[in-house]
Amino acid sequence: MSTPKRPGGLGSLWINPVLDKEFRLRMRTPRSFIALLAYVFVLGGLAIGFIYVTMGFQNSQAGMRFDPTTSRLLFYVLSIAQLVLIAFMTPALTAGVISGEREKQTLNILLTTQQSSSAIVLSKLASSLAFMVLIVLATLPIYSVVFLYGGISPSQLILVFLFYLFTMLLLGAIGILCSTLFKRTIMAVIMAYGMTLFIFVVTGVAYLLLFAVVQQTYYSGTVPPKYSWVGFILGLNPAGALISIFEPGISKQAFLVNSGNLQDDAPIALWLEFLLVYAVVTAGALWIAIRRIRPVRRRKAEDEETVQGEEESAVAEMKSVPGKSDRS
Amino acid sequence: MIEISELSKRYGSFQALDKISMTIGAGTVFGFVGPNGAGKSTTMSILATLLLPDSGTAKVSGYDVTRHPKEVRRRIGYMPDFFGVYDRFKTDEYLHFYGASYGIARTEREKLIPQLLELVNLSDKKEAYVDGLSRGMKQRLCLARSLVHDPEVLILDEPASGLDPRARIEMREILKELKRMGKTIIISSHILPELAEMVDEIGVIEHGRMVAQGKVSDIQSRMRVNRVLHIRTLGRQEELAVRLRDEEHVSRVLDDANGIQVHFSGEDAQQMHLLRRIMDWEYEVVSFNEAQTNLEDVFLEITKGGAAT
Repeated sequence: MSTPKRPGGLGSLWINPVLDKEFRLRMRTPRSFIALLAYVFVLGGLAIGFIYVTMGFQNSQAGMRFDPTTSRLLFYVLSIAQLVLIAFMTPALTAGVISGEREKQTLNILLTTQQSSSAIVLSKLASSLAFMVLIVLATLPIYSVVFLYGGISPSQLILVFLFYLFTMLLLGAIGILCSTLFKRTIMAVIMAYGMTLFIFVVTGVAYLLLFAVVQQTYYSGTVPPKYSWVGFILGLNPAGALISIFEPGISKQAFLVNSGNLQDDAPIALWLEFLLVYAVVTAGALWIAIRRIRPVRRRKAEDEETVQGEEESAVAEMKSVPGKSDRS
Repeated sequence: MIEISELSKRYGSFQALDKISMTIGAGTVFGFVGPNGAGKSTTMSILATLLLPDSGTAKVSGYDVTRHPKEVRRRIGYMPDFFGVYDRFKTDEYLHFYGASYGIARTEREKLIPQLLELVNLSDKKEAYVDGLSRGMKQRLCLARSLVHDPEVLILDEPASGLDPRARIEMREILKELKRMGKTIIISSHILPELAEMVDEIGVIEHGRMVAQGKVSDIQSRMRVNRVLHIRTLGRQEELAVRLRDEEHVSRVLDDANGIQVHFSGEDAQQMHLLRRIMDWEYEVVSFNEAQTNLEDVFLEITKGGAAT
């Protein structure tokens, strides 16, 4: 009886069947197009609303004017709004990808194929992120308004989009982790949103409270420290990190660096801290998801140590018994 | 081909498998029978590398399911009792996806998939969305899916459950064809007469324990502790029935228009002796035969509590 060929090669890694399946099935439902339309509609509405309010306000003051400063402000507003929308969309897209397969009773079949756990988990993450990237790219025409009036460089826009990509990766990894750990999709979605809320809101509120407390005692000593630890809390908040890309000086303010001494600087830029900390979280979440998707893997590692010895003795036994290797 | 040794699995306080052992040779069609919750699906899930046993070993083609799961997966085709399908796929896309998941090249799949669809009588549904297929068609498609990588072993958990009689017959014919192709098949089913037609060996499992295993005929002969004899005479039937009640090894006698039904616990020699006694009593015996024990009778006999092995 023939044994099928092993999957392998660069091609099979790049055009993974699970990824291919996810792309096809996602685009065969009207839900994806409705989500895309709604997303662009919300962000576009926000941009138009901002322009309308700003122009209306200026009209009443000193004539209509949309200068680069206002354009820059629009960019900030759009970028923060986009970050919030990403925080809403990404868990919804990823928290059901594994638990959904489990509920539809397709996961067991998928797990008996030659697809590795990492291929399944990473393909599902890549497919969800690809759709999010499509959505974010679809908002580029809205950003063109900003370029029309100036105030923002293309490199800043690229940095912001790279930041989005990383945030999507983080939230996607958390979503997939919840989807793997919880059998029911509804639980996975709730937990994914809970963690997202923690990252977006709890870190921000914690920073504001601790900042107020620290600020009261900070300058009471004879020699104030170079910086305060409280800035590290803000570095865990996506909005804080994003703003530090627009305004690098905010990192110094967050860490309460003495503004009188120009040589003193923040210990780390907020966005860099965000990147480093959450890169570890992302890798950890994906690692756990890959480990937990398939029950057999958990014991495999434990057995691996004893297997080697057993296999060696089995090989020795086969060699000592003529013809035994043919039968096995 | 399949070797299971002292396999145990517990879910909380429920002992799903209790040190079951069995060996299934290459090319054998093995019927796995037992009441609901007996441990059939658990055993099959362990063989399919989807569950870990608590203790014991299970090997497929010499590969341990816990230590070499990838090698095992390469060699098995698994069809669970409950399964879902990707509704938004077309039938051939569905098979292409699984073929690709097993690393089969597209050119090879292009040749293979029409053959598989023909085998399961779905050639005319190639372009149909899976969503629109009937339950029986989905079962057949899932069977085709489990064959896409030409596995040595097929693990089929209740493949005919929930099917109407026609779909069940179609499924049975496909399984017979697979048997002819030399596949090693382990199949569980509640429809015992259907299993009896195609299996070489059966294993009866109850409360997580293997209570009987072997060739169907061997188990049937072992289970004939209460054989049923049908006797028909020309006249004096009621009188014979009364006389038979006092005979040794006769536990029950039923007398009706079709003849006398005797529940007999003796061996062949005692049966022959009984026939000789009836002839000596000068009854005109038209027929004296033993009712064939079918798989259902065997199953009921075994699972009432006694071990037959």
